[in-house]
Amino acid sequence: MIETDLLIIGAGPTGLFTVFEAGLLKMKCHLIDSLPQPGGQLAEIYPKKPIYDIPGYPVVMAGELVDNLMAQIAPFNPGFTLGESAATIEKREDGKFIVTTDKGTKHLAPSVAIAGGLGVFTPRKPPIEGLVKFENKGVDYIIKDPEKFRDQRVVISGGGDSALDWTIYLADIAKEVALVHRRSSFRGHLDSVDKVQALAEEGKVKLITNAEVKGVSGEERLQGVEIKSKEHGDLQMDCDYWLPLFGLTPTLGPIADWGLEIEKNSIVVDNATDYRTNIEGIYAIGDVNTYPGKLKLILCGFHEATIMVQSAFKRAFPDKKLSFKYTTVMGGVGSLE
Amino acid sequence: MSVDINITVIDREGIAHELVAPTDMNMNLMEVCKSYELPVKGTCGGMAMCASCHCYIESDHVLKEASEEEEDMLDQAFFVEDNSRLGCQIFMQSELEGLKVTLAPESD
Repeated sequence: MIETDLLIIGAGPTGLFTVFEAGLLKMKCHLIDSLPQPGGQLAEIYPKKPIYDIPGYPVVMAGELVDNLMAQIAPFNPGFTLGESAATIEKREDGKFIVTTDKGTKHLAPSVAIAGGLGVFTPRKPPIEGLVKFENKGVDYIIKDPEKFRDQRVVISGGGDSALDWTIYLADIAKEVALVHRRSSFRGHLDSVDKVQALAEEGKVKLITNAEVKGVSGEERLQGVEIKSKEHGDLQMDCDYWLPLFGLTPTLGPIADWGLEIEKNSIVVDNATDYRTNIEGIYAIGDVNTYPGKLKLILCGFHEATIMVQSAFKRAFPDKKLSFKYTTVMGGVGSLE
Repeated sequence: MSVDINITVIDREGIAHELVAPTDMNMNLMEVCKSYELPVKGTCGGMAMCASCHCYIESDHVLKEASEEEEDMLDQAFFVEDNSRLGCQIFMQSELEGLKVTLAPESD
């Protein structure tokens, strides 16, 4: 079991800066994030986009802001559980929380700060009737073990890089690969587009453009997909696997079932005090929370984190006195390492 | 001179909402819908990265061509038609007087 003074769910900018503010109070932090790298949306969705409203930075690239935050918190040596998402929470008799991830990693802390942003990034699922029935029985949204497709008949949907990359990769492994795309052109890296075109000309990949998978069929397992083509009408294609690769989208996920007060997909907090939720010891900061006048801005998340850690300190060290110091007076954070 | 335009947004239940939108505030259609509390999430905040403001253009207004980013996002969205656009990429300007759109079904 991982033990810490403050458990932070979400390693986006707000979660990362929380480590700094908690570190100033000599609190150890541990972060959980479903993505394999820290930075949240900034790293996953828009690392190359400029941000203009970080105080002191006329402009900063999102990816650069994450790098800077990581450097800023490095002296405090935070722990990370990455690539796992917080699944369940349990309050012990002593008031501490045990948070368990989807992979079974357990964390123990007196306070939990949910800095989950828009939520857990999960694959976008096509709205097809009966699709759920075939999940992991022929329908995969994420490819973990490409070997399972050896000598199988695979249909891939999507027009972005991941659809193209897997088409190229599986062309060598699978018995048959078909790529179905809604448009006539692909928007991935030019190099990948060219490779897929070449594979199609060699007959190693079947390209079905201007078409969409509209239905799935099978008994216990997936046995085929129904394709609606603008040129050829409805087609039925037998296959062993269908891989719909339409990117990731954030959803609040299991946190929605933790007994927290939720309004419009956000966690209700008390902004007059310390961003506490309706459960004592659980806070919510950054884009994941809501209160009257809430603005979903990185800088607001930074502020909320700063206020929140003062309260979390009292839960971690009920007997200690808290004195507020400016970092300038402290001569840097080196003395706290 | 009025800086407001009138637009019609048909929600997912088929109900038409007549909205008055300012053209001098750099607002996009997603933001206008949200300010009228229509069921548009605008999850990504207008970066063309979530498709929660996906809509169909019903009137024959000629809109600015979709950017690469908008096309990329529409590639990953569902229920996409030839007249599909992302509301967050449609900025309110006087040429759009009388614009009529229908909200696309939610899919997440």
